[in-house]
Amino acid sequence: MWLLLPKGVKGMLQLKGIYKIFHEGTPDEKIALQNINLTLQKGDFVTIIGSNGAGKSTLMNLISGVLFPDEGTISINGQDVTMMPEYVRSRYIGRVFQDPMAGTAPNMTIEENLAMAYARRQKRTLRRGVTKKRRDDFREALSTLHLGLENRLQTKVGLLSGGERQALSLLMATFTEPDILLLDEHTAALDPARAELVTHLTKEIVARYQLTTLMVTHHMQQAIDLGNRLIMMDKGQIILEVDEHEKKSLTVEKLLAEFRRIRGEQLASDRAVLS
Amino acid sequence: MLTAITGAIESGIIYAIMALGVYLSFRILDFPDLTVDGSFVTGAAVAATLIVSGVHPLVATCLALFVGFIAGCMTGLLHTMGKINSLLSGILMMIALYSINLRIMGRSNVPLLNQETIFTNVQEWGTKIGLEPAVAKTWGILLSMTLLVLLFKWFTDWFLQTEIGLAIRATGDNPRMIRSFSANTNLLIVLGLGLSNAMVAFSGALIAQYGAFADVGMGIGMIIIGLASVIIGEAIFGTKTIARATFAVIGGAIIYRIVVSLALRAQFLETGDVKLITACIVILALVVPQMVRHQREKKYKEEKRRERAQAFVAAAAERGEGDVAVKRNL
Ligand SMILES: Nc1ncnc2c1ncn2[C@@H]1O[C@H](COP(=O)(O)OP(=O)(O)OP(=O)(O)O)[C@@H](O)[C@H]1O
Ligand SMILES: [Mg+2]
Repeated sequence: MWLLLPKGVKGMLQLKGIYKIFHEGTPDEKIALQNINLTLQKGDFVTIIGSNGAGKSTLMNLISGVLFPDEGTISINGQDVTMMPEYVRSRYIGRVFQDPMAGTAPNMTIEENLAMAYARRQKRTLRRGVTKKRRDDFREALSTLHLGLENRLQTKVGLLSGGERQALSLLMATFTEPDILLLDEHTAALDPARAELVTHLTKEIVARYQLTTLMVTHHMQQAIDLGNRLIMMDKGQIILEVDEHEKKSLTVEKLLAEFRRIRGEQLASDRAVLS
Repeated sequence: MLTAITGAIESGIIYAIMALGVYLSFRILDFPDLTVDGSFVTGAAVAATLIVSGVHPLVATCLALFVGFIAGCMTGLLHTMGKINSLLSGILMMIALYSINLRIMGRSNVPLLNQETIFTNVQEWGTKIGLEPAVAKTWGILLSMTLLVLLFKWFTDWFLQTEIGLAIRATGDNPRMIRSFSANTNLLIVLGLGLSNAMVAFSGALIAQYGAFADVGMGIGMIIIGLASVIIGEAIFGTKTIARATFAVIGGAIIYRIVVSLALRAQFLETGDVKLITACIVILALVVPQMVRHQREKKYKEEKRRERAQAFVAAAAERGEGDVAVKRNL
């Protein structure tokens, strides 16, 4: 059986020599990731940019256990989790998906959704999911979103707007203070105003809980503004790593120039937002 | 007439437990589980065989519940571990159970005439507290079965509000999401189907005792009866909350029985037509709400269009006759 990790002082994520190949040995063979090495110290907030098909989502899926690598190891908090099933691993990994519909259960109420997120920390039992005490906690947590959701605890989540749902997803993914937070273009499906709101909330929440975070974005300026480190991926590889110090003086122009220097071509992303 | 209705209500209440099971798989887990046709008979077969061999009816009925649970779990395992399509897992299990049921009973029909059953127990108990035997029978059955089905309803309502229950509901609603909150959806599907078929088998065990026989063919079309109950109930009573929905399912099961028994009173229909009537009821229950919704939408759109037209005319009038005249000339 898989054991729960002790909540260590130095929570971190380590990827060593990761390879992921889809449809290996067929004409459709696709090397999605090759030789990925990445270490996140506790409290690191790393933004990831890269062209379409660079392997960013695949990387996220490997870390969360949706997919397993063909080679290499993944460890969280010093424990090897490479082959640990998704449902065990997700006790200490919070995730927000690109699709606002993906992170919540539409036919269940806001408080029920929060109760499910709350229950991720321990084994689920026959205790009542939404108790009076928890409801108060939920209300308090929701009020930090400033969307008035704390007054709509019994509303079905399917009735919320995309932005509201994504904000709720973010809260659900984070309020149990996971060891690692994975955000895969979680603002990409929202209109600019809503995206701005969710980005702002992300910044606030990550800072509040000091979460070790990995965030994929196509928005270059956002990638520069948020977090303390940045990596750029292309064709399954990490082609550029920007550390905390260098990141302070980073600009979109510098990033693009860097990409041209490394690859000798334009950044091939039809969705890259330059400003 | 009156006895027919009482009979329909009685059996409706007993079938309601089966319908609650179908509600659990179809609606909560979003799993079209056809095991029901087999597990209903399994419940009847287990109870009847045990009762004939002298086991106390209450114990026999509870064992039927347990065996139904196992059967449901098997379907769940076929689907999750065996990665077999959900419909096919249910059908496979249904077919397998047909042979198993025959094995349990040793023949295709086990009569329970003159055997001690839960219902004779209730009747005895009723006469003991001084009721007429006939009164004790009808009211005893009605009352005890009502209490029983309410117990199952209460259990379902409670269970679906627990942490595990919430996770099962999310498994039917958004499996990807609940996996990301560390729930083992495979295990939850197995558990959910187990509980669903436990209720179905329990209902089968009661029907066998109510009708005083278990027959290997008594489960044919059971899934459709369950579905009919769920759909009728939801259409009439609504699904706003879980408690409301489970109430609706019970109501639906009773109404379904009443409708069938009334339909069978028509001269040109025979007992064998029941399944056809059931199919028609389900088809109606599925199609009519769609048509109603469509009609309502059409009417709404029509109204909006008229309003817009009126607003346009009013605005034109305000701007002056000339404008309108020009418009007319165009
Ligand atoms: N399940 C799969 N089967 C086959 N190929 C896949 C699968 N998932 C991803 N790929 C391929 O692997 C490569 C990397 O895909 P991935 O989704 O990780 O890219 P990405 O960096 O997230 O791109 P985007 O910016 O468009 O989201 C792509 O070429 C993709 O076609
Ligand atoms: Mg992607």
